[in-house]
Amino acid sequence: MSDLSGSSRTDTKSQSSMFKTSLALRHFRGRVFYGVCLAGSLVGILLLLVLMNDIRQDGFEYFSRHFFTNYPSRKPEIAGFRGAIMGTLWVMTLVAASAFPIGVGAALYLEEYAKKNRLTSLIQTNISNLAGVPSIVFGILGLQLFVRGTIGYGPAICIGESCGFGRSVMSGALTLTLLILPVVIVASQEAIKSVPPSIREASYGVGATRWQTVSSHVLPQAMPGIMTGMILALSRAIGETAPIIMIGALTFVAFSPETPLDPFTAMPIQVLNWVSRPQAAFHDLAATGIVVLLITLLTMNTLAVVLRIKLGRESAR
Amino acid sequence: MLIEVNPLERRYRQNFRSNIGGHLIGAVLFLCASVTVITTLGIVAILLFEGLSFFKEVSAFEFFTGTKWTPLFTSKGFGVLPLVSGTLLIGIGAALVALPLGTLTAIFLSEYASPRVRSILKPSVEVLSGIPTVVYGYFALTFISPFIKEYIWPDAGPYMAISAIIVVGIMIVPIIASISDDALRAVPKELREAAYAVGANRLEVTTRVAFPAALSGIVASYILAISRAIGETMAVTIAAGARPNLTANPFEAVQTMTAYIVSVSLGDTPHGTIEFKTIFAVGLTLFFMTLIMNLISARITRRYREVYD
Repeated sequence: MSDLSGSSRTDTKSQSSMFKTSLALRHFRGRVFYGVCLAGSLVGILLLLVLMNDIRQDGFEYFSRHFFTNYPSRKPEIAGFRGAIMGTLWVMTLVAASAFPIGVGAALYLEEYAKKNRLTSLIQTNISNLAGVPSIVFGILGLQLFVRGTIGYGPAICIGESCGFGRSVMSGALTLTLLILPVVIVASQEAIKSVPPSIREASYGVGATRWQTVSSHVLPQAMPGIMTGMILALSRAIGETAPIIMIGALTFVAFSPETPLDPFTAMPIQVLNWVSRPQAAFHDLAATGIVVLLITLLTMNTLAVVLRIKLGRESAR
Repeated sequence: MLIEVNPLERRYRQNFRSNIGGHLIGAVLFLCASVTVITTLGIVAILLFEGLSFFKEVSAFEFFTGTKWTPLFTSKGFGVLPLVSGTLLIGIGAALVALPLGTLTAIFLSEYASPRVRSILKPSVEVLSGIPTVVYGYFALTFISPFIKEYIWPDAGPYMAISAIIVVGIMIVPIIASISDDALRAVPKELREAAYAVGANRLEVTTRVAFPAALSGIVASYILAISRAIGETMAVTIAAGARPNLTANPFEAVQTMTAYIVSVSLGDTPHGTIEFKTIFAVGLTLFFMTLIMNLISARITRRYREVYD
């Protein structure tokens, strides 16, 4: 009995030591904590504003028509971004063309076709692990698999004299495709999951096959979400630098690629090239390139938002 | 007789055919999904084949314990420790920047912000992870580094680890903020309301109820973010320099594993040489470091998640 009262006394004691502070002090601490949290969440955004301002200050000196029509040059006054813009356009077109079918196909398999077994959960775990692999490792993969056509063991895949795709647009596009596939698949899966099961059941109920159900009911409903994920994945791919440096996108390219097997440069690579020169004029050129890059990304992200709102409204109708 | 069987048989064949079509589509979709598995196998195979052929010429002991990394010089040193230390310096430093900021952001988003503020703040924070890393590199080299040299550390050269640390830290804030915010919001309202009912204020509810309940998700986000910082390439290549340097001083130039791989591929080292094979050995080390961290993070999320309802 005395034991019990003793323990309850220590309990109240520890309770009271927890709350012995005055109400005013507790209110004060609460307000301080609120302030700290608010400040903490604004630091990143503040730095973002400083970054934007820094680029705005440096980035418009060379912003003119011939920045878009000229190729890079040793003279900053006439250096342009055309090769990089064309290279990025080429690569992104190919990435979109290959990542969309593969990504959506994989998501459809996992959501609509796969049985719930170990193989499926292995594929799913693998996708989330792949999303965490550093992009430069994808670059190493692309360098061996696509540029040289070998995995380092056994013979290379060669057609005539040339092995692999060489240091070409194709190699860059395939490497970036593998890099963004996990993102595309996960986004598509989310979109497919959000299609209500009743729609599938109604379709099966009138005798549709699985593919008819998927292709004419599930996919159209999921499309806004899939497109949004796809655009966000592509905007990640546009900014990726490390993997395409690895596959050897040249940093000085005074031409635009004509075929998928031509060498190329890309916007972030050209920016890197300018940043790594010591002269300040080239740093300003880099800032101008960054302005173009950021405007492209902003446009794509706006498109993704608009698409989501617009298509979402249509499918709800 | 034959006329009566035929329609049935035709229908049977049609069904059979459409079924074959269905199987075919299923197989094609399965191939799409297996691309991701093949990617992983390809990465592991390439890193292992080329990495092992590197370790035939350089002992693994020398590689993992050596303190001199000069594979491109005439007197070659193949000790990876300076690169690992550079990577860890950036990784730990970025964590020191991002962990407090990310956690505070997550707490503010989930516990304090009104839906309106939240709908503006959350996307704004996520913009930080959408900016290409080469842009962060530019900002670090042309703005942060000169600023630090001017006001804080005049002895520094043009390249220094600290400015890479700052931008990489900012870059990974959204990972922590976003995942921790989800974890905090998954804590049921009833727990918070119970604490409010016994007189706790918002600070006490946050630090003694919501935060501990969401801890597994928050820790998982920390590990994921650090793993991302370790794999980050362009900002550290541009801002931290290209000198393998066994140091803990953030005001010196360092080279990370990722930056080393980039520097070799930008140079003209011929393929097949021992110098070139170093990138596979370094890539292998990097791959396993990040893989282990990602697996730990996934395991924490799965095993220690508090399941409510």
